[in-house]
Amino acid sequence: MNEYLYPVIFGIATGTLARILMLRTDYRQYPTYLHGKIVHVALGFIAAALGTLAVPSILEQEFTAVTFLTIAASQFREVRNMERNTLEQLDHFELVPRGNTYIEGIAIAFESRNYLVIFTSLISTLVYVLLNFWAALVAATAAIILSKTFMSGGRLKDIVDIEYVEPRFEGAGLYVDNIYIMNIGLPERQKEVLKYGMGFILKPKNFDARTTIANLGQRQAILHDISTALGVYRDSGTPALVPLAKRDLNDGRMGIFVLPQDRDIDKAIRVIANVPILENAIRMPTEKNKQDKKEEMNDNGA
Amino acid sequence: MVLEKYILAAVTTNPRKVPSGSAVFHCESREEMEQIAKNLEAILDGIAHLLSEDLYIIVSH
Repeated sequence: MNEYLYPVIFGIATGTLARILMLRTDYRQYPTYLHGKIVHVALGFIAAALGTLAVPSILEQEFTAVTFLTIAASQFREVRNMERNTLEQLDHFELVPRGNTYIEGIAIAFESRNYLVIFTSLISTLVYVLLNFWAALVAATAAIILSKTFMSGGRLKDIVDIEYVEPRFEGAGLYVDNIYIMNIGLPERQKEVLKYGMGFILKPKNFDARTTIANLGQRQAILHDISTALGVYRDSGTPALVPLAKRDLNDGRMGIFVLPQDRDIDKAIRVIANVPILENAIRMPTEKNKQDKKEEMNDNGA
Repeated sequence: MVLEKYILAAVTTNPRKVPSGSAVFHCESREEMEQIAKNLEAILDGIAHLLSEDLYIIVSH
């Protein structure tokens, strides 16, 4: 037994706990299999061990030992690839696919959670070694809470107002408000669409939001989330019954057309409001304007 | 090769209006036209689009 035994055990335990807490199975239904969970908990355990062991090696002045963290980095990049590949393969069999932007977001989250585990373990072990167990417990709790807050990104309700609109036909053209969605020719299909279809208008709150929700990946994510939460009136070989999101070119509003099985307007609005804003979809054209202004001022000053 | 968008067939009651180069179904009445368009939509996994009162096209998307 040496002086590092308890800190190391404590660090590994908190790190693994952090990974388990971050591993939620929610409406996105992923990962649901026990095997899938075990893969991630096991990797979380390895990450926790890596983060923990960095502390004794530094304190013992074994600086070369820290280089194994680089191995960890490449290892967890593999996690991202693994998640991406799996989800991309499965996406072909979804009635309403997630889309690559959403998948990439999920894959990045899986990678970064392992780094958060390393961070949690490192902090708790360090505090344990330097101070005592109780201080380490406080530090570990703080680190886990911090990881949790890091993990949750923005939601769609932060950037858009959502409004329900009954879809309608003008001739064969399907409209949500004044936004043209698609041409559905058969009267029978039109009846189905009016019976099961729901339309929503997303009104961007500012100029940045306009560009963000216009992203095709973001739109697909919205359609996928609604279809997951409310079911979808669709089967293979019925391309006419596909949920679609189209944009009003004049003011950037988004017309969402979906065919849910559960036609609950309030629930649908809640689901749309909670769709994550995909990191890869975020655009901030107004930041560019600010930057230009700053440069202008600097130029004038010089 | 995968075709992104392609006119698979045209269904019409007006023979003068059909595009050349695709499969055309001539129909006697509007009901017949709708019936054939509906069947073709199911068979071809396409969408039946109504271009004008007497012309449907089945398009794969």
